[in-house]
Amino acid sequence: MIKKNYDLVVIGGGSAGMAGAIEARKLGIQDILIIEKNDYLGGILNQCVHNGFGLTEFKEELTGPEFMTRLSDQVKELKIDYVLNTTVTSLLPDKTIYASNQEGFYIIKAKSVLVTTGCYERNAGAIMLPGDRPSGVVTAGTAQLYLNIYGYLVGKRVFILGSGDIGLIMARRLTLEGAKVLGVAELCPYSNGLNRNIVQCLEDFHIPLYLSHTVSDVDGYDGILHGITISQVDEHNQIIPGTEKKYECDTLLLSVGLIPNSPLLRDAGVKLSRNKGAIVNERYETSIPGVFSAGNVLHVHDLVDLVTKESRLVAHFIKEYLDGKESAQDKYLDVIASDGVGYVLPHKVSLNNTHDVTFKFRVRKPIKDLNVIFLDKDSEIKKIFKPVLIPSEMTEITLTSEELKKFKNNITVKVEKKI
Amino acid sequence: MKELVCITCPRGCRLKVDEKMNVTGNFCPRGKIYAVNELTHPVRVVTSTVKLTGSIYPRVSVKTKDPIPKDKIFNVMDEINKVTLKCPVHIGDIAIKNVLGLGVDIVVTKNINK
Repeated sequence: MIKKNYDLVVIGGGSAGMAGAIEARKLGIQDILIIEKNDYLGGILNQCVHNGFGLTEFKEELTGPEFMTRLSDQVKELKIDYVLNTTVTSLLPDKTIYASNQEGFYIIKAKSVLVTTGCYERNAGAIMLPGDRPSGVVTAGTAQLYLNIYGYLVGKRVFILGSGDIGLIMARRLTLEGAKVLGVAELCPYSNGLNRNIVQCLEDFHIPLYLSHTVSDVDGYDGILHGITISQVDEHNQIIPGTEKKYECDTLLLSVGLIPNSPLLRDAGVKLSRNKGAIVNERYETSIPGVFSAGNVLHVHDLVDLVTKESRLVAHFIKEYLDGKESAQDKYLDVIASDGVGYVLPHKVSLNNTHDVTFKFRVRKPIKDLNVIFLDKDSEIKKIFKPVLIPSEMTEITLTSEELKKFKNNITVKVEKKI
Repeated sequence: MKELVCITCPRGCRLKVDEKMNVTGNFCPRGKIYAVNELTHPVRVVTSTVKLTGSIYPRVSVKTKDPIPKDKIFNVMDEINKVTLKCPVHIGDIAIKNVLGLGVDIVVTKNINK
């Protein structure tokens, strides 16, 4: 039963949505509705049958389904309303939500909205994969869905492009189920997956990792994948002629990155950042007051434990918003990702802010013995030494409210080799 | 001196182990346990799926309740692939008791009721 009015509507019942709703209820927000498009809560964790989840959230090592069950059990215990098989078709700037399911079409008025719609995979078109477009070229997450939920092995001889964690996890999973994984090619001169996955997914099974390599041709002239060619690339990612290696294979898995699933926000008029997530202030509030965003739709996280942590934090800001503590007319300092920094969150910090703010960022390339420097335009405010940072691991640095008061123009974040 | 990457958690500490099995580079005590295990008798948790009947979902996820010897992974997979469970299934249900006499159960990791 869907009501007409809610204090908080959470769009997306994955780990971010559930964690946000649970925290919001614990903070005393009464009328909460979670809207989920699938016929189960938990989102992508349903198909992540491997373990390694929950070490910070629950202080034990869980598989994906176990982790999401902990959350969905809490949603049920706290009697938080949720609807399954229901799609949000529009979010309007006044926080009206259009949703539909088999029973009908709903117009819901929300006082606040938390958008936790996750992310989707980059595909062959998105990376301009050369060659043919036969069947047998699939994203790693799709192969994971087929195998772990429906029990179909996508192929017997598999090559993987991209060393993202899902690709590495699938290399092991496909090997365990009897497929031959021929190798993993990574464009960068370093792996984009967690170190532990290089060890336990590739090295354990003697699967070669070809760094600075990419797929330079896909052979599928008759609509069926027959094989691929990989080539080495130079420092400008240009293919080096004469380095081609051919592989006969029936499957090419793509593990080449994730993109925030943000069209709902875009169509609502929310300003998006270059990475397709919403531009948010230090309260994780988007350019529409009362519309908040967290989890992988905001920026792609390394670990689900970081997703739930972020979402629980955002629940506190939602509570403050509903209590009327925020002022929508705040002036902001822009947060700027400068030398060596890919992106920084939040994107702006209110001049009225009185709290400590944790900045989340990724470096563009692996870097050792470095300083992370926070500047007010050109003048240095804070410098933190780090022994090593890599792009596949998000870094968090907290600035106190006192430190934040020193910024007058903007907050610029850069990394610099320590001299 | 041996160098290892700890796989206990996503942090992935780079460990160094000397001839006397002294471990350095570990952020937490689990790193020490991992390093010693890895160099004496490496173990892994295996996660997979088994067939499920009577459900709209044809597979349910399972894991080894504790880590098993690394060289037994494929033997354990052969056993996992022989099993068919019947819906409903719940987290912790035993799919295989004491698999291959290793002293470890294969347990269900998902609730499926329909």
